[in-house]
This record gives sequence, C-alpha cells and structure tokens, in this order.
Amino acid sequence: MTRIRTTIAALLGAALALAAPAMAQEVRVQYLKQAVPQPPVLSNLDPIPENLGLQGAILGLEDNRTTGRFLGQDWILMTETVPEDGDFLVAMRTALAQTDLLILDAPAATLLAAADLPEAAQALILNAGSPETALRGAECRANVLHTLPSRAMLADALMQFLVTRRWDRLALIEGEGPGDADQAAALRASATKFGLRIRMEKTWSFDADMRRNASQEVPLFTQDLGEYDMLLVADEANDFARYIPFNTWLPRPVAGAEGLRPVTWDRVMEQWGAAQLQSRFLELAGRPMLDRDYAAWAAIRAIGEAVTRTKATDAPSLRAYMLGPDFELAGFKGRPMTFRNWNGQMRQPIPLVDRGALVAQAPLEGFLHPRSELDTLGLDQPESGCEAFE
Amino acid sequence: MKSAPLIALLLLAAPAGADEIWVTNEKDDTISVIDIATLEVVRTIPTGERPRGITFSHDYSVVYICASDSDAVQVMDPVTGEILHDLPSGEDPEQFVLHPDNRHLYIANEDDAITTVVDVETRSVVAQIDVGIEPEGMAVSPDGKIAITTSETTNMAHWIDTETRQLFANTLVDSRPRHAEFVKDGTELWVSSEIGGTITIFDVATQTEKAKIAFEVPNMHPDRVQPVGFEFTNGDTHAFVALGPSNHVAVVNAETYEVEDLILVGRRVWHMAFNADRSLLFTTNGVSGDVTVVDVARREALKSIKVGRFPWGAAFRPAQ
Repeated sequence: MTRIRTTIAALLGAALALAAPAMAQEVRVQYLKQAVPQPPVLSNLDPIPENLGLQGAILGLEDNRTTGRFLGQDWILMTETVPEDGDFLVAMRTALAQTDLLILDAPAATLLAAADLPEAAQALILNAGSPETALRGAECRANVLHTLPSRAMLADALMQFLVTRRWDRLALIEGEGPGDADQAAALRASATKFGLRIRMEKTWSFDADMRRNASQEVPLFTQDLGEYDMLLVADEANDFARYIPFNTWLPRPVAGAEGLRPVTWDRVMEQWGAAQLQSRFLELAGRPMLDRDYAAWAAIRAIGEAVTRTKATDAPSLRAYMLGPDFELAGFKGRPMTFRNWNGQMRQPIPLVDRGALVAQAPLEGFLHPRSELDTLGLDQPESGCEAFE
Repeated sequence: MKSAPLIALLLLAAPAGADEIWVTNEKDDTISVIDIATLEVVRTIPTGERPRGITFSHDYSVVYICASDSDAVQVMDPVTGEILHDLPSGEDPEQFVLHPDNRHLYIANEDDAITTVVDVETRSVVAQIDVGIEPEGMAVSPDGKIAITTSETTNMAHWIDTETRQLFANTLVDSRPRHAEFVKDGTELWVSSEIGGTITIFDVATQTEKAKIAFEVPNMHPDRVQPVGFEFTNGDTHAFVALGPSNHVAVVNAETYEVEDLILVGRRVWHMAFNADRSLLFTTNGVSGDVTVVDVARREALKSIKVGRFPWGAAFRPAQ
C-alpha cells in the first residue's frame, strides 16, 4: 500500500470573497489516521469503508470553510493515512512541523506515543478514533481531547435504558476479537454502576465444535444461559453478533454489538436537524455517516467553533476556550456538546439505535447529575483518575 | 386532486366568516385549518411533502407553503385548497419571508446554503445568494431594504441588501440560530439560537449586538431550554418565545429584555401565530402533535387542539 497524502486547500473563490478582510487568517488542521488490519468477519454486509473518519473531517472542513469565508479565515485540511506497516510517529512529526492542530484516528498505544512526542507538547490533538476508557482516565494526556465517546459512555447509555425498562437480569456473550474483552469489561463495570446483574457469561469461540452455520449454533449455545431479560453481546467487529437475534433459546432481545446498540452516530438519526447533516454527508461520501466520521466531523467543527469565537488560531488559546464555560458545539443530537475540563472528553448524548430507528437517547429521563445530565455517561470527575488536566 | 370537490362541498356547508389559523403538519403532508371562533380543526388540506414554512400574500388571496421534500414553494388558493402552481424555490426550502412589496419571496434553501429570491408574479428566480450552512430563519425589515437569513451551522445572521441582493454584514450569534424578526419599526433585529439557548438583539443601524436574553425553566436543565419561534404583541411590547423541548413559551418584556412569565404548552413547541387582535396565541407543538391556544392577557394556556403529525408553521387568515 502506498502512502496517501492529499491536501484540500480552502482557497477563497473570487465570487465568494464577500466583504472578507484583506488580511486572511489561515487555519491548518492535520487529519492523521493509522490503518489497522481488520479481523476477518463472517458477513460481507457491512464492510468498513477505507475513508472512515476522513470523510467526516472533510465535511467538517467544508462547514468551517463556509463560516470562515464570512470572517476572512482560510481553512486548510491536510490528510494522511499511514499504512499498516508505516511509521505513524514519522508522519506525526512531519505533521507537527506544519500545524499544532491535529485530529488522530489511531489505536490507543499509537495515539499515546504520538501525543508524548516532545514536539507535540504544545499541540492540540483530538482523538476521533480510540474508544479506550483509560485514555480518559489514568492514561489521559493534557494535549489530547476526545470527540469519540469512551466505551464506558456507550455502556452507561445502554444500562440507563435497561434500568428504565427494568430489564435488570442480564446475560453476556463475549467474543474473542480485538476490543471484545474491553467492551465486555465496560458492560460489566456499567452494570455494577447502575445496579444491574450479569447472571451468566459465555465466550463465543469459533472453534472446531462449530460445525454448522453460526445461526444454527446459537439456540444450542444460549440454551444454558438460564433466565435473563436481555442478552448482551460484546463483539466490536460484529463478527457473530448479527446472528444472535431471533436465534436465542429463550425469546429475548439482544443488545450491545447487535440489536439495541449504543452508538456515537448512526444513519437512523434524523431528529434535531440531523437529517441535514446526514444528507450533506451522503452527498459528499456516497455512504451513510458512521461513528468515526461523526467524531472527526465533531473534532474539526469544535476547532472551527473555537477559532470563530476567539479569533485565535494557536493551540493553547483554542484548547483553553474549548475546555472553558463558553464553548458549545451544536452536534445534531439535541443538546449542546461541551468538553469535560478534567479529562478532555466531549460530553454528548448517546443514541440507542436498532437497524431501523432511534430507540432512545441517553441520558434518559431521571438520571440526574449536579453538573450536567450528560455527565451520567462515562467517567465522572471523582472516578476518572486523570491528573493531567489540573 | 381527488379530494378537491369534497373539500369544496364542505366549504359550502361551513358557516362563512370565521378567522382561521393555518398549521403545516411536517410529517403528514397536510395543513390543519383551525376555526378561531370554535377552536376546532375545520379543514385538513393535502400539500406537497414535508410542509414547513407558511405565509399568506398580503391580500390573503394565496397562501405560500414550503414543501421542503418536494423542493417547491407551493402556491395554494386558500378558498378551494387547490395548489395553483409551484414556484421555483431552489432545493429544500424551509422558511421564507414575503417582502413588503408583496412580490418577492426570500427563501432559505436548507440543504444548499443559499437564499433564493423568487418573483411570485413572473414565477422566476431573481437571485441566489450564498449564505452559511443550513439557512433557516428569514426576516425582512418593514421598509423592505434589509433581508436576513440565519444559518444554523454557521451560526450567523446574514444581512442582505434587497436592492443589490448582496450581503453587507455577517454577524455571529449563539449556536443554531432558528428564527429572526425585525421589531420596533425595524430598529431592532431579534435572532433566536436554539442550542445556544438565547435571543440576540441587534441594533439594525449598526448591525451590532445590543442585548442578549437567556432563558431558564425551573427544574429543567438549561440544555433543554431551546428558543425557536417568537412573535410580538401589539406595539412590540412583549415577545412570546417558543422554548422547544422545554415545552414552555416565555413572555419577554421587549423594553427591559427580561423574562416575565413561562407558560406550559405542548411538547417541543416550535412556531406560533396570533389571532387578529393578538389576544390569542396559537403554538405548534411538534412532538405532541397539537396546537396550544394561549390567552395572551392572562398568559395562560386555554386549550390544546389536536392537529396532524409534527405541526411546524402557523399563519393567520382573517375571515373572508
């Protein structure tokens, strides 16, 4: 695979240079993605787009550019995808020589190595690719904000729904793919947080005993789960989860990786003006907007909002504004989105969706918090363990 | 249209001479007509897809409807309910405002970041003006010299010189501006920001911010207090402001900019219209699918009237 590098320059067209001040302000943002090998999955129905995330950044750039042209700002987005065997830190250093505003989509360890480069100390990095809860906790970094929700936020959203419905007896199937153990851990922790019980757990290992179709195995596999209200499935790649609904031994709903899913974003979002964002994205990318597209869009829009309001372009000023009380981003999820100033996580509602519709949106009614109901989702200040933001 | 003769028959049977409120139902592709005397829905008229903005011509001879998903502004005969013709509106028209000359419609094209100016007589597009992302709120000054478009994602009020049809100012407001109105003989411009939770008031002469109103509803998180549509009482002394998912309408003193009262209405209150003497206010409540009738003097909700799904816009029509 070759190195892909594109530069999208937001040059002011003569027709668009409406009353723009003569001294244009230039804002450069780098979108940097680490390509990772995708685990094999049973179904070909939902391929992961190669430009996942990138298209969200491009759409966000276009939104910023439109605002910028009324304010005399030029927006430039530099994008690069580092191949699987490429050196992410080299790409990061090159990018840092160009700008100190960066959006990263990379595994947690790679992200941390990049954030810890001496050249990145004063940079503003937005994590739009890693859901690791630890990055918002003990492993937080002062120069990293997160627009993608943590696994803990997603699990908490689901548990709030189960509490509301009083479906409090749970069973869990955990896969063996990358991220499955972390997703299962998040579900366990969240169940404990909201007083629910996971009564039975099983591991789905696609081993030699699996002699028929996955779907044919499921009734047998779930026969000994005992009595439960909802079956949770931890399977981040959705390898086997899609075969679980309607195939369980007992007639029970499924949640987690399939069935009722807590997500950052999904094509079923159409309220709160979301239909407009969806159609803009579809027109640009030719496919529906996915979680990481949304996180990258929110990242560049957050930078845009900070630049628009402060008229500053340097990372320290923008970071201070984004973590401050005046920042808010309209993210088409019905509430203003802000950043937690103790760990850099973007507060945001978490939609609970199935394949056809939005089922509910967390925080659900009745889950209260002295600061913001959105802080009932994910790590709260006392438990975060993040000290880099003090 | 198959139902047209039936509607005509019903019309003949209906008692003549009642004032009406016309409400667009975004998810039913209909208009509900409320008789102000009886406070009941007396007609339901089919429209194009996803009707939102609605306004009558100054002589009430036609009604203009933004049929967003039909990509058209429809012109309807309010007597027969028949669509006379479509205007070339640009894509996805959401809201519009009729210029005092009764001839030019300024239309926000939500998906295209454009404001389209249409001549309703020649039925042609006169101008298209580049504005911010997701234009929505539209207003025109009483003297007709300035038109305003607010853009939801760019968070600006764009000031259009109606003579040259060029932008002459772009002013930032809080997140997701939704609605704009000129008041006090066009000396002030009010712009509501749904996600920001505020109304920004501009001095029109200088296009500078003069005041900002924030809203609070007791026992409601500020995130859910989202100002959208608003209208003014006689003499522009008070504004009635729909606060979206907080399910309240705020009464704002337009001199002191203080919120004086909150009135509980239906769910996700959006836009509104007054009756002739502005003693009654009709609010569209999207989620509960009804219209709340508010007694303006007593600042109390009188009644809810069931309309179609997701009522959006409202407009007054006097007795003919």
